[in-house]
Amino acid sequence: MNCRGVIAELSSYFDDALDPQVAADLERHLQGCKKCRVIVDTTRKTIEIYCNAEPVPLPEEVRQRLHTVLRVRLGMKAN
Amino acid sequence: MPALLDPAPNQNSCIASHPRASNVTVVATVKAFDVNAPNAKPAASLIARDDESALVSAAKAGDVSAFTELVTRYERKIYRLTLNITQNREDAEDAMQDAFLKSYQHLDGFEGGSRFYTWLVRIAVNEALMKLRKRRPNQFSLDEPVTTDEESFPREIQDWGPSPEQKFARVELNEILNGAVTELDPAYRVAFLLRDVEELSTEETAKMLGISVPAVKSRLLRARLKLRQKLNPYFRSTTS
Repeated sequence: MNCRGVIAELSSYFDDALDPQVAADLERHLQGCKKCRVIVDTTRKTIEIYCNAEPVPLPEEVRQRLHTVLRVRLGMKAN
Repeated sequence: MPALLDPAPNQNSCIASHPRASNVTVVATVKAFDVNAPNAKPAASLIARDDESALVSAAKAGDVSAFTELVTRYERKIYRLTLNITQNREDAEDAMQDAFLKSYQHLDGFEGGSRFYTWLVRIAVNEALMKLRKRRPNQFSLDEPVTTDEESFPREIQDWGPSPEQKFARVELNEILNGAVTELDPAYRVAFLLRDVEELSTEETAKMLGISVPAVKSRLLRARLKLRQKLNPYFRSTTS
């Protein structure tokens, strides 16, 4: 596998969706290619950082309006 | 040894949890309970209700307070999703309200074959996409954007070190992350949000967007590479 092959298979590699033989080829390439190792590592880090990021705060006034709408439209009690 | 030679790319990370529910989701849920439910019922009641399917069953049977608890549990995440898709606070709020209203009105149609949250996400995504299309009818398309392989291929290749995000305070980090996502083409952005932030499976994402599984994979790869590229100036190691 060459560098372009690694990039093409990158998402499937992260998602554990690669044929084991292809995954082994990819990892063999990584061992000898520092550039691809950096790309794999930083792309994985990108996903992890987003995945671990705190949800944006829900502004209290937005939350209040949501519950007001639900209360009025659905007859819910205040929460 | 660089972290990338750590031979466990699918363990001990968010990536490892795809497409299954992750610890992150659980933590966010607990936080939503703590932060947003000042008038929550006593602990015993919370424990008894701390089961999504039980809450859904109760809501279906007409227990409005059970549905309110589902709203409280997921409102932060649904708001994040609609805001990320629409990139507009007013549209995000409207989409969130409509999503919860519709989910209640169509609760009988929820078969229980998937998680309630996944079903709710599908409704919220549809509402958010409608807002986006309405606001930008000529700009937004879920069709594949034209991108050449050359554009997708990484250009700047520098190591980031083990915890690059710790170089920034949380507020600053969020600005950086949101800024990078905002710049993505909507077709890439939505695929990335559903797959990597909401942690839906590739198949679920494809179904939700009405596109093929290979199309999701292609967009996801490009979105991930583009985000990596956008974050690189902030996260690259100064010593490498």
